Amino acid sequence: MLLQVKNLRCGYGSLEAVRGASLHVCTGEIVGLLGANGAGKTSLLKALVGLLLPWSGEVRIAGRETSGQPAWRCVSNSTVLVPEGKMIFAEMSVRENLLVGGYHNPDRRMQMELVFERFPRLRERQGQVAGTLSGGEQQMLAIGRALMARPMLLLLDEPSMGLAPLMVKEVFAEIFRMKDAGVTVLLVEQNATATLKVADRAYVMETGEIVLEGDAGDLAHHPLVKRAYLGQRDEDDSGQPRQK
Amino acid sequence: MGTGDLALQYLLSGITKGSIYAVVAIGFNLIYSATGVLNLAQGEFIMLGGMVAVTLAHYVPLPVAVAGAVLVVTLVGCLLEWSLFRRLPNHSVLHLIIVTIGVSIVIQEASLHIWDEKVRSLPYFTGNEVSSIHLLGAAISPQVLWVLGTITVAVVALHGFLKYTLTGRAMRACSANPEAAMLAGINIRNMRTLSFGLSAGLGALAGCVISPITMTHYEMGAPLAIKGFAAAILGGLGNPMGAVAGGLLVGVLEAVSVSRMPAAYNDVAAFVVLLLVLFVRPHGIFGLPSGQAVREH
Ligand SMILES: Nc1ncnc2c1ncn2[C@@H]1O[C@H](COP(=O)(O)OP(=O)(O)OP(=O)(O)O)[C@@H](O)[C@H]1O
Ligand SMILES: [Mg+2]
Repeated sequence: MLLQVKNLRCGYGSLEAVRGASLHVCTGEIVGLLGANGAGKTSLLKALVGLLLPWSGEVRIAGRETSGQPAWRCVSNSTVLVPEGKMIFAEMSVRENLLVGGYHNPDRRMQMELVFERFPRLRERQGQVAGTLSGGEQQMLAIGRALMARPMLLLLDEPSMGLAPLMVKEVFAEIFRMKDAGVTVLLVEQNATATLKVADRAYVMETGEIVLEGDAGDLAHHPLVKRAYLGQRDEDDSGQPRQK
Repeated sequence: MGTGDLALQYLLSGITKGSIYAVVAIGFNLIYSATGVLNLAQGEFIMLGGMVAVTLAHYVPLPVAVAGAVLVVTLVGCLLEWSLFRRLPNHSVLHLIIVTIGVSIVIQEASLHIWDEKVRSLPYFTGNEVSSIHLLGAAISPQVLWVLGTITVAVVALHGFLKYTLTGRAMRACSANPEAAMLAGINIRNMRTLSFGLSAGLGALAGCVISPITMTHYEMGAPLAIKGFAAAILGGLGNPMGAVAGGLLVGVLEAVSVSRMPAAYNDVAAFVVLLLVLFVRPHGIFGLPSGQAVREH
């Protein structure tokens, strides 16, 4: 088991954003984490990497207890978060963004080749100032930058947010390809349809708690998921998820 | 000497002083973009550099004394961040400014105790106070060339460091987005310490090369900090090229005003221009409206 979270609680001031969440991710899996706005998904990810100090509970990565460590240690635990809203280094070039992503990787130049192979568009634009990339390209850069650290576990926070449908498709295809690269993925998303297609398993989070978990295929047919996240009526059982 | 030569002479002295302001302004920017602290103790690094070098020069050859002073003051800068500013996160910009003023006073008082109020200076690096080189009709002290040369090299080296080395890129990443930098595994606290160290070391170097010309005195830091601050604002806070331009501009303005106006108005000209510029361009001549820095963590 690569990631194991037990009864994690965290929040801001007196606000408890995550109320005792437990989940796990096995090596090689793609696991989805679904939930409405404000459910606490981002807070959970932040607590996993140390951007947010857990109040209580346990975070184990590859068997090692990591909660309480500062965020810059997460790379040494082979865990990288691609944060919500991309957070690229806007004034730096694409190439520099990638090199900084490989800060701890002695083979960063070789790794950059691999990232360029995966995202040819980044190679074309390697000299461009990152802030001038399109939204989709910035998301590619954010994922590419994370891969520069050669993570075992990749945490993605709403990678499809704000992207046009075609780009969303491309991003999810990239996520699915992570499997070939041997990267394990915890994918936080609001796009339940696409997430349940690429994921092996998924969790559903509501107001800080995990309310549902299971195989992605099973969850796609679960009444709650269908109603709340896939926008389907209960009796619709065609297996083909419909958009709202 | 014709008026043209005289003008050139003033221009040169303006550029010389301006290069020191530029160093202060660059130091300002380095610390500000990495930590969000507006360090009004910046001028003290220049004073300390001169003082430490003067003391060391009693025991070791001049180049070693200068190198030693840069090293010592770099450590002072690092120590300052590590012992003080690291422990004061989440404070408002204003609080932190006041802390830096306090630091500046403490450094001055300590220097008064260590070195007394005597004016000191390093010997001229080459020649002496009367030797001069004739260039384009103006008589230039060789020390002026030392100042301009050393500072140019230092600034270019700093630029290269920030632009082309991994650590330099990591520093810029921390300024651009500290959270994302942490996620890349960069220990942003160390980067902040480094920004203080670099800024202090650069100031100390300037304090050494300028010492034979302007002398070193325990009170010299504060006015330098204020003019360097003006230069940084003029150039647009956080903009390195702007800091150089702003520094030179303040220096030349000052030299011109010395030549045209009574000595009492010495410092006024630069600030009048600063105010005028800020009215027209609130973000400085080269600044962008988006030029923001990190305040959290
Ligand atoms: N920095 C913060 N300070 C205070 N409260 C916060 C902060 N960040 C998030 N919250 C609160 O914590 C709760 C969970 O927020 P979180 O960002 O984790 O939700 P989310 O599931 O990621 O939502 P979204 O899908 O909109 O990104 C929300 O009620 C939010 O208002
Ligand atoms: Mg979120």
